[in-house]
Amino acid sequence: MAARSVRRATAAILTGALALATAACTNPGSTAGGSGGAKDSAVVGIAYEPETLSPLLGYGKDGNAKIFDGLLAFDADLRLKPALAVKLPRVSADGLTYTYTLRKGVTFSDGVPFTAKDVVYTYRTILDPRTNNPFRTELDALSSVEAVGDGTVVFRLRYPYAPFAERTVHAIAPEHVAAKQDVNTGAFTSRPIGTGPYVLTGWSKGEKLTFTANPAYWGGAPRVKKFTMAIIKDDDVRATRLRAGDLDGAILPPDLAAGFQGDRAKKTWTAKTFDYRTVTLPTHNPVAGDTAVRRALDLTVDRQAMVDKILEGAGKPAYGPVPTDSPWFAKGTERRHDLAGAEKILDEAGWKPGPDGIRVRNGVRAAFPLWYLSGDKLRQDHALAYASDAKKAGIDITTQAGPWEVIEPRMKTDAVLAGGGSPGDPDFDQYLLLKSTLGGDGFNNMARYDNKTVDRALEDGRRTDDLTKRRAAYDTVQRELAKNPGYTFLTHIDHLYVVNDAWDGLSTQTEPHDHGLASGPWWNVETWKPKR
Amino acid sequence: MSRRLPWGAMARMTGRRALAAVPVLLGVTLAVFAVAEASPFDPVKAYAGTAGLTASQENLDQLRANLGADLPLLTRWWEWLTSALTGDLGDSAVMRRPVAEVIGERLGWSVLLAATAFAVALVLGTLLGVLAGRRRGGLLDRAVSSAAYTLEAAPAFWLGLLAIWFFALKLGALPAGGLTDTGSDTVTAGQVARHLVLPALVLGLSQLPWFFLYVRQGVGDALDEDPVRGARARGLRERTVLTGHALRSGMLPMLTLVGSRVPELITGALLVETVFSWPGIAAATVTAATSVDFPLLAALTVLATAAVLLGNLLSDLLYGLADPRVGFDG
Repeated sequence: MAARSVRRATAAILTGALALATAACTNPGSTAGGSGGAKDSAVVGIAYEPETLSPLLGYGKDGNAKIFDGLLAFDADLRLKPALAVKLPRVSADGLTYTYTLRKGVTFSDGVPFTAKDVVYTYRTILDPRTNNPFRTELDALSSVEAVGDGTVVFRLRYPYAPFAERTVHAIAPEHVAAKQDVNTGAFTSRPIGTGPYVLTGWSKGEKLTFTANPAYWGGAPRVKKFTMAIIKDDDVRATRLRAGDLDGAILPPDLAAGFQGDRAKKTWTAKTFDYRTVTLPTHNPVAGDTAVRRALDLTVDRQAMVDKILEGAGKPAYGPVPTDSPWFAKGTERRHDLAGAEKILDEAGWKPGPDGIRVRNGVRAAFPLWYLSGDKLRQDHALAYASDAKKAGIDITTQAGPWEVIEPRMKTDAVLAGGGSPGDPDFDQYLLLKSTLGGDGFNNMARYDNKTVDRALEDGRRTDDLTKRRAAYDTVQRELAKNPGYTFLTHIDHLYVVNDAWDGLSTQTEPHDHGLASGPWWNVETWKPKR
Repeated sequence: MSRRLPWGAMARMTGRRALAAVPVLLGVTLAVFAVAEASPFDPVKAYAGTAGLTASQENLDQLRANLGADLPLLTRWWEWLTSALTGDLGDSAVMRRPVAEVIGERLGWSVLLAATAFAVALVLGTLLGVLAGRRRGGLLDRAVSSAAYTLEAAPAFWLGLLAIWFFALKLGALPAGGLTDTGSDTVTAGQVARHLVLPALVLGLSQLPWFFLYVRQGVGDALDEDPVRGARARGLRERTVLTGHALRSGMLPMLTLVGSRVPELITGALLVETVFSWPGIAAATVTAATSVDFPLLAALTVLATAAVLLGNLLSDLLYGLADPRVGFDG
């Protein structure tokens, strides 16, 4: 019977295909398991992919670039320590000149010695308007950089800028390689050469970056010889691959990280961050710009409930850009959750409840729209919780989702659920967020906050090196923000990482809002030691 | 039964199509520029990424001038076109590299994935279609047909996640994503083959229902036709009847399908590449579109359009071969 032979053929083909597939997929424990001696390779899953690996275009601007070093580096507590410079810079009395003495005997991974001219080349190229570097603003204070011989570099500033040394953690590029090609699109942007603890061996865009230890690293050869960063944008896929043993560690949202609680072989690391979520209250909106409404909103919002419900405990209430556990936090500026107090403020200011329970003053309803980035569940949750808290005090907030392209033209009059935060110096966040002259400059000072006392304090804080004076300045800023909160700060969000417990020496740094390449417990992978 | 292939007619049709493709491609690139221009996305913001949130207006304006994003639409298109014709595809702003490099690096992997998936869909679809078409209403037919309808409705994205969960997580048999083992930094054929199985299978399966249903219908109808019934009545062997008569007329509708599935395949590849972190061209297309990266977007659109036109040509050629009545008039 012919039909039978066809069927038999089909069966044969199918079995053959299956057998082939299964034969082909016995996974030769490439990275999985981790049994059998010390693990000198690590594979981690991250959600973020850098656009470029060229320091000239902004890669490694916050240090920790793995392939590169900066003149200085941050330790776990974000204190500056020497890197390519042998000691912290000498600062002139007027705060305008920073002098760095360079480490001797450092070479780039291609064997060419590192000298002062590489530093000069890097900073000059970044400042060059023909270089498409979107972070140039961060070096706004820098006026010139010069080499004195091979071993000394002098930076001159346009105005005294106290946190300038923290900007010099910026990765340094090799002049002999990068200067020979187009700075914006040359091969160096994807196949970089640096002085760092790791050498890039491959970058398959959208898939992974692979590194191998630099045996000649001036800080000593790393014990983790092979290091891979797999780029997996989808949270669920990342968790799945971590569970499958394909990854040794990954960044995960709180709900997925919780799924690894029972796994004895893995540890969950919680990184404290400066990553805040806030609501901008535009000065040009008759309701949100009113100080009484702002103060009422500050009291009616239940921050602790947001931390418990939205962040599943992985975070803390925020009262300003400075996290409550930072040494820069002004004690006593915490706001209690106090609905009665909020109602009292509104009553005294003449906002009286109307027939529908929403307050009215001089014919103006206490209502305004609140935008959040569509697709960002965390922001959506925060926005909805905020609106429902506000409703209790008689303020009607309509939440709306949209992409930045839609939100941006409305920022002047509509509230936005924004995020941000950079660790380190308080100037980094606060100047851009609160300085009145930056109102409406790109995404800086979205609320167009305008407070003369704050403006003055911000300038004082950045122009002196005296710690007591600086502390007083930023205390003033935070107290003013409590009196006239142009933003309602809601939470600071922890970042969670789940990692195989196969190494010693893990820790986390305080992290910024942006997930950089080196955020997470692998910020210091070069000093990890395999467990026996 | 050997026929000489009508090479001349086929070549003429191909030539005519190639000529007709020129205005189409030109129009498409212009349309891409126009649509991108009209979209609310801003190339400068996209280039700056998160830095754009803190960059000063001056810095952003400088970038705009450097990227040429401040030039009028037609100027930009003309510049792109003239340099593209001389072989210079320009630089991709968002990838920070020349467009030719970006495409050269990724195209091969996408073609490999799509071709494998297409082969899977074609072979499995034909096989199952013939078997189901032989006995419509039979057990196999009912099982496979309902599965096909389910698959038609299942998004490729979901299938991908399901496959990862089952094969990678439950069985631990296949890698869950990427092109090579996550920890390795060399590309070997064996690794790529193993990593190709799941994405190609998922993409193939998502295309399978159409092939299956067409073949099933075609073969079933052909078996009901008089000549076939006559052949059966004359006692010809079942296999001869199937391959000689039913399959040939039953395959016709499917051949046209081959070409028309190309756009579907491209969009399917987009989702599958994303789920499996496959470093192909599809992922780059999304990035290029949302960041209004004109040179990259235009080059990728030309590629996709060319693929669709080629697909149509292929199916017309095959159709003409399979059914001499149709001919090669295009």
